[in-house]
Amino acid sequence: MKLIKRIRRNMYAQLAERNLRRQKVRTILAAIGIIIGVMAITSMGILGNTLKLSVSESFSDVGDKLVIYPAMGEDSVTQDQVNRMERIAGIEHIIPYRSSGEAVEYRDETSYGTVYRMKESDLRQLVEIESGRFFKEGSTDCVLGSSVASNLELDVGSKIEIEDTRLRVVGILKERGMAVDISTDSGVFVSHDMYSKLYPDAEEDYRQVIVVVEDIALVDTVKTELEDTLNKREKKIEIFAANSINEQIESAFQSISMFLMGIGSISLLVAGVSILNVMLMSTMERTREIGIMKAVGASRSDVLRMFLLEALILGIIASLLGGIVTVVGSFTLIYFIMGDITYFFDPTTFLYVIAGIFFGIITSLIGGLYPAWKASMMNPLDALRYE
Amino acid sequence: MNSIVEVNNAVRTYRMGSSKVHALKGVSFEVREGDFLAIMGSSGSGKSTMLNLIGCLDKPTKGTIHINGVNIAKLNDDGLTDIRRDNIGFIFQQFNLIPTLTALENVEIPMIFKRLGPQKRRKKALKMLELAQLGREYATHKPGELSGGQQQRVAIARALANDPPIILADEPTGNLDSKTGKGVMELLSDLNRKGKTLIVVTHDPKIIEYSNTTIYLQDGEVVDEID
Repeated sequence: MKLIKRIRRNMYAQLAERNLRRQKVRTILAAIGIIIGVMAITSMGILGNTLKLSVSESFSDVGDKLVIYPAMGEDSVTQDQVNRMERIAGIEHIIPYRSSGEAVEYRDETSYGTVYRMKESDLRQLVEIESGRFFKEGSTDCVLGSSVASNLELDVGSKIEIEDTRLRVVGILKERGMAVDISTDSGVFVSHDMYSKLYPDAEEDYRQVIVVVEDIALVDTVKTELEDTLNKREKKIEIFAANSINEQIESAFQSISMFLMGIGSISLLVAGVSILNVMLMSTMERTREIGIMKAVGASRSDVLRMFLLEALILGIIASLLGGIVTVVGSFTLIYFIMGDITYFFDPTTFLYVIAGIFFGIITSLIGGLYPAWKASMMNPLDALRYE
Repeated sequence: MNSIVEVNNAVRTYRMGSSKVHALKGVSFEVREGDFLAIMGSSGSGKSTMLNLIGCLDKPTKGTIHINGVNIAKLNDDGLTDIRRDNIGFIFQQFNLIPTLTALENVEIPMIFKRLGPQKRRKKALKMLELAQLGREYATHKPGELSGGQQQRVAIARALANDPPIILADEPTGNLDSKTGKGVMELLSDLNRKGKTLIVVTHDPKIIEYSNTTIYLQDGEVVDEID
């Protein structure tokens, strides 16, 4: 408040304020241009960002995982390799498994699923149980993914048949949706013993290994470490980082945001031109006044400063208004359309608002630059004679 | 007394398309500190050009003009601005006040460009208005709300704002009725008696009654000089 008082006492500012008030309608129209421009780029940015956040949120649960599978020409990931993985820092869990696509029968119904040989403790790391419980190691029980269970319309306690072997369903998993590691929804999870019973020829080695990293920020480090350790001499394994999908989504939405903001910035450009127009008209009208100012001792830089200050004041007020209107407007819009405003309060939202205000002010200044320069270069004699 | 304005063989030629207009064809004179000089001449005599040159609004094509010892022919735009701001107080025929500002603020304008603080400006502006004999109650009036005589007094106060040694007036009574004009001229000669060097450009012979030196210009040349 003290600062505002001080600015208001500044004579340049007083002159600028008065000159802006002199042509109220014109000033307001120019300000509306800036307000719309700021609103356009800011709201486009916020919209893009909110979309990005809401989409990438649904993927973030797998972002901390690496999927390791044998390289071309290799059959499987060996226990020895898994042991070596365990020595790498930053890994929370290593989940090796073997799997096989299979028809699952229940009464007269058949559904296709994937049978997984996975430790019960590892399975717990990946999914949650919807009803029932996880299987016990060594038992002949199984746990079903949600889509297998719903396809076959069965419940906990039902008996299914795979390759003429009967298994008891002890648990049904929660739906997990799209994932990059394994599709648990169509999975049939069994213990090592049961898997050996189903596939007596099955090797001990693993088809794939899921590595859960302690912190999502460590994904790249761990990936490099794994490469260094396991692919030292020849390429034995391939690593797929789940976060690369996140990155792709993020960059796709980043582009969308940029594109939307680009469209928004066109309106800001138009606003800049209208500022240029308003200020230019104002310098023409005030030619004589500029002459007087110069006659009584205003230097070129004094005149330049006076006019730039006008553009700056106009820009600051209009941009701030634009920023406020955008925050309120997009909050309301997102609230009514998406019904979820958590993404709105993301710090990036406010970054976009600040950027929008900043660009609004810069545009006004640039728009005011040429007229101010023109005014400052006026010859006082010609200016005084101007009618 | 020292000479404060020294004009030496000043020539000013304007280019009007392909032809040249010789506004001043080599004018020389000097003005001493505390002088009251009237420059007389009909329109087209070159008196306005002379005023612009002394007022540092323009530079001579040839010759020299020294203001307070500085040759303005050699200065650039900023240099001219500095000389003008510190040495010259302008009074115009059409008053040339800024319509959006009050009388007081108009007087403050030159002091802004001299980088004076707001309090000092206000105090000094009030003092200058008093010196120009404008009632205090008019200080907050806009030019449009003042009579011609009052406006010219505001302009005189503005001319005095930065304490310039030279007051330069261009037909100061030209837009005023004779009674008001007389009042303004008495104020100006009073300022001259208090030490200001006064240069008045006019075609009004009545002004000669107040001046102590008069130069007559005709076709860009000095045709007569009366002390």
